[in-house]
Amino acid sequence: MLRSLLPALSLALVLIAIAWLNPRAISYFGFSLMLNLAIPIALATIAQMFVIAGNELDLSIGTFVGFVGCVTATWLKDAPLLGVVILLGSIGVYALLGALIHLRNLPSIVVTLGMSFVWQGMAILILPKPGGKAPDWLLALMAFKPPFIPFPIVAALLIAAVVHFGLMRTSYGVILRGSGGNSAALKRAGWSLLRTKIALFALTGLFGVLSGMALIGITTSADANIGNGYTLLSIAGVILGGGEFVGGRVSPIGAVIGALTLALAASPLLTFMHIPPDWQVAANGAILIIVLAARVLISRRER
Amino acid sequence: MPEANADIIMPDGAEKLFGAVSLDIIRLDGAEKHFGAVKALAGVDFSVRAGECVGLVGHNGAGKSTLMHMVAGTLAPDTGQIAVRGGVEASYSVPRAQQLGIRCVFQELSLCPNLSVAENTRINHASLNGFGWRRKAADLIAAKLDEIFPGHSISASDIVGDLSITSRQMVEVARAFTVTQEPLELVILDEPTSSLDAHTAGQLLAFVRRFVAAGKSCILISHVLGEVLGNADRIVVMRDGKVVAAGQADQFDRDRLVTAMGGAAAREKAAAEIASGKPEPGPLRVRARPARQQDGNELVARAGEIIGLAGLAGHGQTDLLLAIFAAASRARTGIEVTAPVALVAGDRQSDGIFPQWSIAENIGIRSLARLRNGLLISPQREAELAELWQRKIGIRTPDMNNNIFSLSGGNQQKALFARALGSDAKIVLMDDPMRGVDIGTKLEVYDLVREEARHGRTFLWYTTETEELDNCDHIYVFKNGRIVANLRRDELTEEKIIQSSFGEAA
Amino acid sequence: MASLRTLLARPWIWSFFGALLVWLATIAFTGGYGGGGMITAALSLAVFTVIVGVGQMFVITLGPGNVDLSLPANIGLASAVAMKVMDGNDAMIAVGLLAALACGMAIGAVNYLLIWALRIPPIIATLSASFVIQSVDISYGRGLQIKPPPGFADFTNWQVFGIPVLAILTVLFTIGAGIVLQRMIYGRSVLAIGQNIRAAWLAGVNVGRTRFLTYTLSGALGGLDGALLAGYFRGANVDIGNEYLLASIAVVVIGGTSVAGGKANVPGVWGAALFLVLLLTMLNTFGVSVGVRLVLTGLIIVGVITAAGGQKALR
Repeated sequence: MLRSLLPALSLALVLIAIAWLNPRAISYFGFSLMLNLAIPIALATIAQMFVIAGNELDLSIGTFVGFVGCVTATWLKDAPLLGVVILLGSIGVYALLGALIHLRNLPSIVVTLGMSFVWQGMAILILPKPGGKAPDWLLALMAFKPPFIPFPIVAALLIAAVVHFGLMRTSYGVILRGSGGNSAALKRAGWSLLRTKIALFALTGLFGVLSGMALIGITTSADANIGNGYTLLSIAGVILGGGEFVGGRVSPIGAVIGALTLALAASPLLTFMHIPPDWQVAANGAILIIVLAARVLISRRER
Repeated sequence: MPEANADIIMPDGAEKLFGAVSLDIIRLDGAEKHFGAVKALAGVDFSVRAGECVGLVGHNGAGKSTLMHMVAGTLAPDTGQIAVRGGVEASYSVPRAQQLGIRCVFQELSLCPNLSVAENTRINHASLNGFGWRRKAADLIAAKLDEIFPGHSISASDIVGDLSITSRQMVEVARAFTVTQEPLELVILDEPTSSLDAHTAGQLLAFVRRFVAAGKSCILISHVLGEVLGNADRIVVMRDGKVVAAGQADQFDRDRLVTAMGGAAAREKAAAEIASGKPEPGPLRVRARPARQQDGNELVARAGEIIGLAGLAGHGQTDLLLAIFAAASRARTGIEVTAPVALVAGDRQSDGIFPQWSIAENIGIRSLARLRNGLLISPQREAELAELWQRKIGIRTPDMNNNIFSLSGGNQQKALFARALGSDAKIVLMDDPMRGVDIGTKLEVYDLVREEARHGRTFLWYTTETEELDNCDHIYVFKNGRIVANLRRDELTEEKIIQSSFGEAA
Repeated sequence: MASLRTLLARPWIWSFFGALLVWLATIAFTGGYGGGGMITAALSLAVFTVIVGVGQMFVITLGPGNVDLSLPANIGLASAVAMKVMDGNDAMIAVGLLAALACGMAIGAVNYLLIWALRIPPIIATLSASFVIQSVDISYGRGLQIKPPPGFADFTNWQVFGIPVLAILTVLFTIGAGIVLQRMIYGRSVLAIGQNIRAAWLAGVNVGRTRFLTYTLSGALGGLDGALLAGYFRGANVDIGNEYLLASIAVVVIGGTSVAGGKANVPGVWGAALFLVLLLTMLNTFGVSVGVRLVLTGLIIVGVITAAGGQKALR
């Protein structure tokens, strides 16, 4: 029981620390600023969560987000139709990878590691130097200022609700999660494992695309390396959110909370604690280790 | 082996007795199946009629599960044909079986542990979708659980992974009987009571009788012969991939079933040999108390003894063997081990075999330290060890450097015995190692075990096959993780074991 | 004929075959110019991939889920440690190398500690460790512009008749690794665990110690590699190990080691490393852009693993 509260608890701890160090940060503008990059991180984490639900791992999501960013800042602005086709095509590539991994029984780590180079190379081909510009409608969307609640929080709630409904509440969502829990049983019941794998990878591609677009909507211009850190962040987010590596145990709400925790802990908290940005990555690693250690302690006690 | 089955009605006889009037729900003719070098089914004819409960018995590895996988559509026979309601099925499959109303509760649990009880129900019903499916699925499974196991405490929203093994089996069984769009005609229950307590097992069997009385059909596989005798209309006995006897249930009794299942001749031979004198037991080798034992009962094994661990499957025998194994390398409270230990696995694939290695490497792994010449392992010594045991235990292969999977199942098991017996271990733990092994191999290994015991080795032998206990000097019966009885061989009868296994000791 | 067939049946021969093909394509393009120099350069560069590749191979052979993602961070930190300890002083070369080795071993030991104590998959353990190491390195190596001692830089670039000495030493090292794998209890234990960890435990293999040694070995090789790289490229920097994450995994996979574990292939690591280095040389010679080079590298890895295919765990 305590264990399922762990993601929310870690977020609360980070928030309390921030409030204690800098009470002014707990405000509409404070949150808008601190959670600036939380939306793309949350979307990338959701993307990673889908493959993890099927007992796979995507080590290419970071460079994929960068690739999408480059497409968004160039073609999607200058030739929207072509841009949309490319982005849809890249989701199709993800679906194909899912099929390939299932049919040839391949380890996803190696396949996606190879793909990470492909996406990075294509990003560099599209945008050899940092630049480009986000489409105006995207800029407007990401700059949206709803009353009372800062946009990043609204967006996070929305993402969590939509994905929770889709994966945890719909009847096909059950099949998708079941494929990670006991694929043999699913096959015996007559479900196609090829189809579940394709669906999970396509969903990863879809949310990767959304993440890249959201990122460019915030940063306004792109860079081929802009998403590189997202691979590690997304995996860490899923685990922080209570997800397990195998067995189809994932939680969309948890994943979004995990992403918010990482977004807050990585830079705002460190800044308030006067810790140099050098230690930003270490903070992510340390949080991950601490949460996992807490999890072990809790499950030992609950047994 | 010669059969004494003149008084058992063979399938053809049964056919005449009933007349071929009622249409078979399913019928298999001449079904054969090979797994590599292993012949799992050797031309089996099998059928189930509407409104009948067929009991299927036989030792592990007799081919029951393979046969049931064919009925359920998860395995296709190599040769032979499958007919449903008289019509021959050209490409029989799981979806087709479901369409025809044939379901199966497999021995290995087929629930997704990460999903709730209701969600697991959804997986078996494609039509449970759209708005409100969660409610429908929950109601469906809750109603069926109430019907089969009144008074159960399972909620449809429970996550399966958090349930006890007993509750999981109840869910699995109840799920097989839920009906939405597809019909329900025949349910295969493969050891459905293995994890149930006496009360819930009784509830299930009563439900099965009601189900059959309503005109539906059921195949009941169980190691507890009383369950089969008491609930089946007709009984089919399998041995070594063949149907060796079949007939109406009232024509069988326990002895006749046991005889048909085989092993009686071996039993006499073993009993005769053991009777021929036994040296005095040597110094203490193992003293162990199961973790859940509350009274003073404990297992004691001395040098030269063969100790049997009996009782129903999964009642703590394997756990105790593993605890003893672990205690040999790291001290553990409640367990005393005074000599090196080796283990012979029963589940070869998951606990024993190294699939990429040769037979010789598979045998040598337990003895690497002794095979060294300086720092390096000597290939020559490894080959010598393998050849010595090939001769001693009779592993049938042209070359011990062939891959382990080139061997038949029985010979693979012999290689695992060679691994343990060829090591420096003074104590050999056997985790039901004769599962799925042919009778010829069994007899050879029994002889070897007794010979090794005469030379001072200690054997702790967990077995689900009662007649194997005749090889033992001393038998501990397990129930719910505890030792509930402690029998000398001369006190041993099957009744006594069953009595203790079901007794009120819990 | 029969011997040729047995040779072709060995999975590692294909990686050498690929390397040869790439080399031939390149010298065909240059009209035969610079073929020898290309091999020298390829050998010098392949050494660094082979050293970490062997470490990664032992880890991957432990079975599904085992992989060391901390190698790049490890290499980066160890290179900084080695340069700082050596401090441009020839007398300190041995001490610096030892320090880099110790640093790498400590990282490997911490990796296993996380896996064991937190019971988390190695991927997550080595990943979170690499986060922390990376920061330590950034902070420790900031503004570190120390050059390697001249003796050390010369040693890492030393050639005899066009063959880099480091490559010769690495060949000896890989032969040793092959013997360890097939003929020592440790190696057999690694192979057994990779095929079936439970069966290995039940067969008396010391599973915990073997896994600990393997992660420590991988860490140690990463540390050594960091020091050598800093010598060869005449200076340490944070990003020096970045490309070795993909490279170390790729050479293991391309070299014919089973990703499902339990089957390792030492010569294949050399073949695959030469193949990758020569491929890069070829693409540079053809004058393709960085983007195309990355895309092709990625596609080749996906292609090779697809062709090798079907070797995920049986269970």
